[in-house]
Parts: sequence; C-alpha cells; structure tokens
Amino acid sequence: MKEMMRLFFTFLKIGMFTFGGGYAMIALLRDEFVEKKKWITNDMFLDMVAIAESTPGPIAVNSATYIGYQISGFWGALVSTAAVCIPSFSIIYVISLYFDRFLELTYVGYALEGIQACVVYLIFSAAVRMTKEVCHTFFHRVIVVLVFAAMLLLSLLSVSFSAVFYIVICGLAGVAQYLAGILSKRRSEK
Amino acid sequence: MIYVQLFLEFLKIGAVSFGGGYGMISLIRETVLKNQWLTDDEFMAFVAVSESTPGPLAVNMATFVGASQGGIPGAFLATLGVVLPALILMLLIASCIQNLLKYAGVKAFLSAVRPCIAALVLATAVVMGLQVFGGIKHLEDAFVPYYDRIFVFLVLSVWGVLAGKAKRKAPSPVWMIVVSAGLGIFIKCI
Repeated sequence: MKEMMRLFFTFLKIGMFTFGGGYAMIALLRDEFVEKKKWITNDMFLDMVAIAESTPGPIAVNSATYIGYQISGFWGALVSTAAVCIPSFSIIYVISLYFDRFLELTYVGYALEGIQACVVYLIFSAAVRMTKEVCHTFFHRVIVVLVFAAMLLLSLLSVSFSAVFYIVICGLAGVAQYLAGILSKRRSEK
Repeated sequence: MIYVQLFLEFLKIGAVSFGGGYGMISLIRETVLKNQWLTDDEFMAFVAVSESTPGPLAVNMATFVGASQGGIPGAFLATLGVVLPALILMLLIASCIQNLLKYAGVKAFLSAVRPCIAALVLATAVVMGLQVFGGIKHLEDAFVPYYDRIFVFLVLSVWGVLAGKAKRKAPSPVWMIVVSAGLGIFIKCI
C-alpha cells in the first residue's frame, strides 16, 4: 500500500511537470526511478524507452503503465497511469470552462494572429526534424514522398481519407518489403 | 450518442498514435474538424494552450473536446479512450509478450510507419500553413497573403536558425508562443 502511494505521488508529480511532450519527460523519469529511488535498473529503463517509442500512445502513458507494472503489478500500472493523467486532466478541464469567453477578448484575438503562425512553425519544424531522422533508406524516402504528396493533394481536394489508412498501408508495405527480401534471398540461394 | 462517439473516436486516435509529440496531430486535427468539435482557429489556439500546459497533446485534446461536448463524463470517456490502447498494450508487453518488438515482422511494420508519420505531420503543417498564411483551403482558392502572420513566421524561423547556429538548445515552444502573441498584438496596434 505504501508502495502504491509512492507510485501515485511520483507519477502525479511527473504529470504536473511534463511541459513540451514526452522527450522532456524521459530525463525526469530517469532521474526519479533510476537515480533517486533505484526502483529499476538503467538497462530496464532503456528497454522501456525503446518499447514506449515504438508502441502507440503518448510516451508519458506508456512509461507510467510499464514502470507501474514492474514495481507493483497490475494495480501499480493502473494507479501510475491514472496519476500521470490527473494533473493535465484537471488543468485542461478548468481551461475548457473559460476557453470560448477567453477567445472572444479583443486582445486575445490579436494575439491569436501571431500564435497561429507560431503553431504552424512549431509543427513544421517538428515535422522537418522527424523527416530527417527517418530517411535512412530509399524505401523510407519513397514512403515520405508518396504519403506527403497524397495527403497534401487529397486535403486540398477535400477528399476525406483518414490518416489511419496511410499508417496501416505503410506498415503493411513495410512487412511486404521484408517478406519480399526473404523470398529473393531464398531464390538466390537455390 | 455523444459519449459513445467521443470514446470511440479517441480510442482510434490512441490506437494508432505512434511517434509521440506531434506524431498524432494529423489524426487529431482530422477527427475534431470532421466531427465539427472545433473550428480550425480553435484547434490552433488549443495546440498553443496544450504546449503551455503539462501533459501530452492527445490527452489534453481528449479532455478538452470531451469537456466541451459532454461535460465531465465526456472529458473522462474521451481521455479513457485515448489512454486505453496504450495501457492494454503496455500491460501485455510488460507481463507476457516482452519480445513482441523483437520479431522481424513487427520491426518491419514499425520501420515503415515512422516515415509515414513524419510525412503526415509535414503535410499537415503545409496544409495549415497554406491556410494560415495564404487563405488557401481548396485547390482552386486564390492566394491572399496575410502579411502579419508571415512576418511572425519569418521572425520565428530566424530565431530558430540563429539558436541552431549558436549551437544552443532550440528555444522552448512556450517562449515562442509568448513572443508570437506579443508580436500579434504589437502589429495590430501600430
């Protein structure tokens, strides 16, 4: 029970101070669980980061579930995940009550002109960073170009084609490419 | 039934949101616009709010949209939906399929999904940019430049490049939002 309480409050604290997305949080998590509390080893932590990065869902949620489970099983996972969400849930709920009225203020309207440009800049620079990181092979570059062109064109033509389909199609193309690689290797061995 | 719809739409986002941070922005934008839960302007204002408050964008967006469409139960169900896939998958990985990510097929799937996500984010940034800076929403729309927004974008780009040149860390998003808001007000007032 004492362990649960500590998990709960640690993740509550982490949920409260994770500005700027998951990667800022990884340093904080490492400090808390590996350095200070020594609840998990550094190797386990690195494993966890690799898993959190390649499974769907926000990294904050993934790592809370994983670490919570390692330390005190199913309920630990549940308590940690709830705790990491509680701060932002409460803050955003309060904001949602006043958001519309806030947007109607004249000066907020002026500020939003600048903020819109900023949001586009933030998303654009994140996208450029992500694209640079993933263009390792010819196959990956083809995916980037095709998906980018298709999404841009279909959006401008107002054709609805969900992002889910792009993700699933590309994933399956990756598996197909892998299988084709195995087949051609076998054939050349014969 | 709004509660079921909120839960299912955010469950979908949670299930395919690989890549953290802005990785899920294409799908989130598509979902809130399609259901008319937010307008484009409100969406961008909320991205700025989410950058300046703790918590991942997907969770914040779920709480906000849920609260505005269905009060506290709506906020709770939407947030539960976005968290649930990650929670279940991480529990499975931590407890019984630890090696899931070591299978070559799974690796091939993920390695093709990553460039796809990067391209989706890039395309989303360009679509938003065309609209914010040039008033272009559809292919046949005329280009109507918004000079004040373009000016803010250029200031941010120069700032980002200079920080990169000086080998300093990129300026924090919160700072960029504050400066852009100030610039927006300043331009309108002179």
